[in-house]
Amino acid sequence: MKFTFKAFLLAAAVAVSFSAGMTAPARAVLEVDVNKGVVEPLPIAITDFLSADGLGAEISGIVSANLQRSGLFAPIEKAAFIEKISNPDAAPRFEDWKVINAQALVTGRVTREADGRVRAEYRLWDTFAGQQLAGEQFFASQANVRRVAHIISDAIYERLTGERGYFDTRIVFIDESGPRNQRMKRLAIMDQDGANARFLSDGRSIALTPRFSPSRQEITYMSYEGGQPQVYLLQLETGQRELVGNFPGMTFAPRFSPDGQKVIMSLLRDDGNSNIYVLDLRSRATTRLTSSNAIDTSPSYSPDGSQIVFTSDRGGRTQIYVMNSDGSNQRRISFGDGTYSTPVWSPRGDLIAFTKQTGGEFQIGVMRTDGSGERILSSGFSQEGPTWAPNGRVLMFFRQAAGAPGPQLYSVDLTGRNEQPISSPNFASDPAWSPLLD
Amino acid sequence: MRRIAALTRNPAVLALVMALAVTGCASKKIPNSAADIGLGAGAGGSARPGTQQDFTVNVGDRIFFDTDSSVVRADAQQILARQAQWLNQYPSYSITIEGHADERGTREYNIALGARRAAAARDYLVSRGVAGNRLKTISYGKERPVAVCDDISCWSQNRRAVTLLGGAGS
Repeated sequence: MKFTFKAFLLAAAVAVSFSAGMTAPARAVLEVDVNKGVVEPLPIAITDFLSADGLGAEISGIVSANLQRSGLFAPIEKAAFIEKISNPDAAPRFEDWKVINAQALVTGRVTREADGRVRAEYRLWDTFAGQQLAGEQFFASQANVRRVAHIISDAIYERLTGERGYFDTRIVFIDESGPRNQRMKRLAIMDQDGANARFLSDGRSIALTPRFSPSRQEITYMSYEGGQPQVYLLQLETGQRELVGNFPGMTFAPRFSPDGQKVIMSLLRDDGNSNIYVLDLRSRATTRLTSSNAIDTSPSYSPDGSQIVFTSDRGGRTQIYVMNSDGSNQRRISFGDGTYSTPVWSPRGDLIAFTKQTGGEFQIGVMRTDGSGERILSSGFSQEGPTWAPNGRVLMFFRQAAGAPGPQLYSVDLTGRNEQPISSPNFASDPAWSPLLD
Repeated sequence: MRRIAALTRNPAVLALVMALAVTGCASKKIPNSAADIGLGAGAGGSARPGTQQDFTVNVGDRIFFDTDSSVVRADAQQILARQAQWLNQYPSYSITIEGHADERGTREYNIALGARRAAAARDYLVSRGVAGNRLKTISYGKERPVAVCDDISCWSQNRRAVTLLGGAGS
C-alpha cells in the first residue's frame, strides 16, 4: 500500500475565502487556551457537509469526533441547530448560532469531480465576531477521504488553539490476539482514531516496541523471528525488512534519532546486564554509550538530538537518567518513590513522559527534563509505554485492567483530565505516534 | 481401576503429580507448551533415564525468582545443582535457558530482567561444571506467562528460568 503524503494530497488545496464583503467589526479572535488547567471545552457547531450522498456527513462526523476527543472542543448536538445550511458559500445567520452558544461554526460541501476524485471544502466561522476564520478545499481519491477529514480537523484545531494539530497521524502498535499465555503479537498500523488498521507482520513470531522514523517511512522494532530477539527495520512502503546491526546478542528497546540517521538501543551483555548502543544507519558504525553493570535501557533522544534519556537500575531500583548524546555526563533525574521506566522525550523538548510503579499501581506521568515538576496523569492496575502526539499535548499508552482479557490503547492530555479509549481491532499494546509531516 | 492402579504405581507419574501440586495455581493455569508443562513424549509412561521427561520430572526443569530479582535463591540452587549433575551425566544435550518475568514490570525492562535471570541460571550451571559452550540463553520478558491471573499466585510462577534440552543425544 502506498503511503500518501500530505504534501501530495494538499497539492490541490486552495484557500477558500468568503469574499462577499464581510463587514464584521474587528474583535478579539476566538481562541482556545490549551494551557489552562481546567479547560472549558469550546462549544462548536459542526454541520453535516452538504453532499449528494452520505460522504459529506461522514467527513464532518470524523472532524467532530477528532475535535471532541481532543477535550478542547464540545461539538453541539445537531438537534439543537436552528439554521439549516443550504448554501455553504453564503454567510450563515450568525444570530441562529450565537443563540445556541456555538462560538465556532464549521460548514462544508463535498462533491465528486468528473474524474472520480472527491472535492471537499470547509469554512470555519467565528459566530460572535461574525467572520470567517478559515476556508480551504481539497481534492482526494476516495481512498483518502478520511485523511481529508483529518487534515480539516488539524486546520480547525490549529486556527482555534494556535497549536499544531495531530489528527493526520498514524499509530504503529502491537496487535494482540489469542490466549494470554500464547498470545500472537503482530506489528500493526492504523490512523490515530483507530481506522484503517492493517498488519505489518504475520504473527509467526513475537514483535514488540515499534517506533516511527522521523520521515514516517520506516519503523524500528524488536522481533523474535531470528530465534534470538533483535532489532529490525521495516520500510513501510516496500515491506522490506532488515536486521539493524550485527550484534552478537539480544538487542532491544530501539528508537530513531531525530534526524533519522541513527538507531539507539540496548544490547544484552554476556553477564546478563544491558547497555546502550547507537548505530549509524549509513556507516553501520556502532558506539557504546553506557557501560554500567546494570540494566540500561529504553533510550529516547531529545528532539534536538543533543541528549538521551534512559533508565538504569545502577543505583538499585530502576530510575530515569539523562546523558549527552555521546554518553557523557550521565546523571539521575528521577528521585520519587517507586520505579520509573519507559521515558520518552516530548517532541517540544520540554517534558519527559514515563511509567512509574508505586503502591501496586502503574502510573503514566510527566516531569521536566531536569526531573522536577513530576505530575501523574493516569493511574491503574497495569499500564505503561507513553508515546507523544507530535504537538506534545497528548499521550497515548496501553492499559490492562485487572481481570481484563487483554490490553487496550488510551490517550490522555497533559491536564490528565481527558482520558479516552482508542479503538483497535483486537487487543493492542506498545503504541507509537507518528510525527506530523510538514 | 486397573488403569489407575497402574498409573499410581509408576513413580515418575507420582512425582509429576506432586510437582504440579506444589506449583499449582489456584487460578487458571494453562500450560504454554510441552516445555512449560514439562511433559516429554509418552507422558504417563516411565521416565527413561536420560530423557527430557526424566530431566523434567526427576530433576526439575525450572527455578523461580523473587520480584524484580535475578538472585538464584537457595531452593533454586538445589534444583540447578541437580540439573548440573544430570547435564554432566548426559553431555550430548545442548541446552537453552529461557528467562521470564512476571507482568508487574514494563515490557522493555522485563526483557532485560528475563535475560539477567537466564544468565544467572546459566552461570550457576557453569559453576557446577556444565560446559559453557553447551548453554544458550533467551529472554521472553513478560511475553510468555505460564500462569495466567492477576495476582501473586501467578506472578510467582512466571518469574522463572526454564532449562530446555535440545540436540538430544541419548
